Amino acid sequence: MEPTPATPRPSRRKARGAGITPWLFISPWILGFVFFTLGPLVFSFVMSLHDWPVVGERTFIGVENYTTMVQYDPQFWKSLWITVKFACLFVPLNIVLAFVLAVLLNLNLRGSAIFRTAFYLPSVISGVALATIWAWIYSNEYGLLNYMLSLAGLDGPNWLGDATWAIVAITIASLWGLGGSMLIFLAGLQSIPKELYEAARVSGVPPWAQALHITLPMLSPMILFTLITSIISAFQQLTIALLLTDGGPVNSTYFFAMYIYRTAFRFHDMGYAAAMSWVMFLIILALSMLVMRWSAAWVYYEGQVRKDDADA
Amino acid sequence: MRKPLAYAALIFLTALFVAPFLWTLFTALKTKAELFAYPPVFWPADWQWENFANAWTALPFTTFLKNSVVVVILSTIGQLFSSSLVAYGFARFRFPGRDPLFVLLLATMMIPWDVKMIPLYMEFNYLGWINTLKPLIVPAWFGEAFFIFLLRQYIMTIPMEIDEAARMDGANAWAIYWRIHLPLMAPALVLVGTFHFMNAWNDYLGPLIYLNDQSTYTLPLGLALFKGLHEVDYISIAAITVILCLPPLALFFYAQRYIMDNALGSSVKG
Repeated sequence: MEPTPATPRPSRRKARGAGITPWLFISPWILGFVFFTLGPLVFSFVMSLHDWPVVGERTFIGVENYTTMVQYDPQFWKSLWITVKFACLFVPLNIVLAFVLAVLLNLNLRGSAIFRTAFYLPSVISGVALATIWAWIYSNEYGLLNYMLSLAGLDGPNWLGDATWAIVAITIASLWGLGGSMLIFLAGLQSIPKELYEAARVSGVPPWAQALHITLPMLSPMILFTLITSIISAFQQLTIALLLTDGGPVNSTYFFAMYIYRTAFRFHDMGYAAAMSWVMFLIILALSMLVMRWSAAWVYYEGQVRKDDADA
Repeated sequence: MRKPLAYAALIFLTALFVAPFLWTLFTALKTKAELFAYPPVFWPADWQWENFANAWTALPFTTFLKNSVVVVILSTIGQLFSSSLVAYGFARFRFPGRDPLFVLLLATMMIPWDVKMIPLYMEFNYLGWINTLKPLIVPAWFGEAFFIFLLRQYIMTIPMEIDEAARMDGANAWAIYWRIHLPLMAPALVLVGTFHFMNAWNDYLGPLIYLNDQSTYTLPLGLALFKGLHEVDYISIAAITVILCLPPLALFFYAQRYIMDNALGSSVKG
């Protein structure tokens, strides 16, 4: 997700009531919404209530797909657990590393633009290219990574062939694309008024306290945004896992999204796959809402503060 | 004291982010002996440029490239046209239901692709579009929420007086969109075009699901094919990876100013 420009003030004199004209202008999106979003969503829900093979008889089975998943399908739980594990690794690291990079860039040293470009480069290439690049770096015998580790006296694991390390390998490769999150933090840092730090310095507030009481609160809306978007992308992780490990070794990287994909397009069980995709949708929705609610305790919006100041 | 430390950190991190690219580029230029040498050879003694030609002919990459180019060009034109049209509709008219509709548009950005993947496959299958490039092109002609949002925000910064002056001169809504707003939106269109180009060029999952016949494959699918071949040919994989990365990287360097300006909050206006 890209950072979005601030909402400009709508012009008071805009727009006449113009009958059908505005509808003609927005009609492409309306049609697209009906045929490529709303229709598919409804259809997918209907499918999830059926035993729906690609060829052959379709039978209505109510919520059986959902109950089977929860009660009798160990792979559902295993894949879900792998995805949760990945999210627990990826989400905090993505936020912390993107934050650190943004702070370094925000020192505005000479050459910052070059460093910024370098950090963003991996974000513009294809996931396929990313996977092939890392496959060769992780290679057990010829890989660059284990050679580098051996120079440091470390014996690197068989990254993609070891059930414990494969998920770590996928996490590192995914983190290589953190440029988008970094830009969001950088934008946030650059929008903090310098006067705040000036005032703090004059009052003798030490740098660590400035970071804690100025930087973090001012960045909290960006942290919230990045938190939600990285949770969503962690749950949808598929391309890199498909190409780097294809779910292995011994299914240790058989992500939930991959299980849905294979159920649909390899096992041809469309109804069951649709039901699982709805479970993923609901999990993402629930997590986003939980995070939003929790964020009320720590996200700080400027408007709110002025009110507190007025009260004080 | 702090400065050298920050520089050291930045340079070290830059190496981490750039080294994989260089490692891949140099791998593409190696001989087989250098490829499997231990300790690894970073810098090939004699650059094997013919590796690129060999990789290109190992599989029908000319066909894959042609398919990729068709998808990218046709879908980018559609995306620019439709998203700007819809954005203009939302930005410049007042009509019943506009605001709830716009909220709905924003909400669609939250829907995970996985939920739409299966029904969309069924829909395209029903239309007879599987194994054609249509599923990768046609939806772009209906606009995309994020791009519509971006362009609408941009139009909102353009003074209403310009529209009014044009209307006095007898221009209708279409003429105002086509002759005034479209040219004025150019910087924002560069941004949208760049993002869409990258998405379409880089896409793997869409083609993976909609295309089964090799003659319809796009470049990313072609590259992934290498993994399925008998002997994994790392030099060719590296060469095609380099080729696959070049267009988005070149485009990024061209459009970098617009991307950074947009992200870092200053106006997108050139």
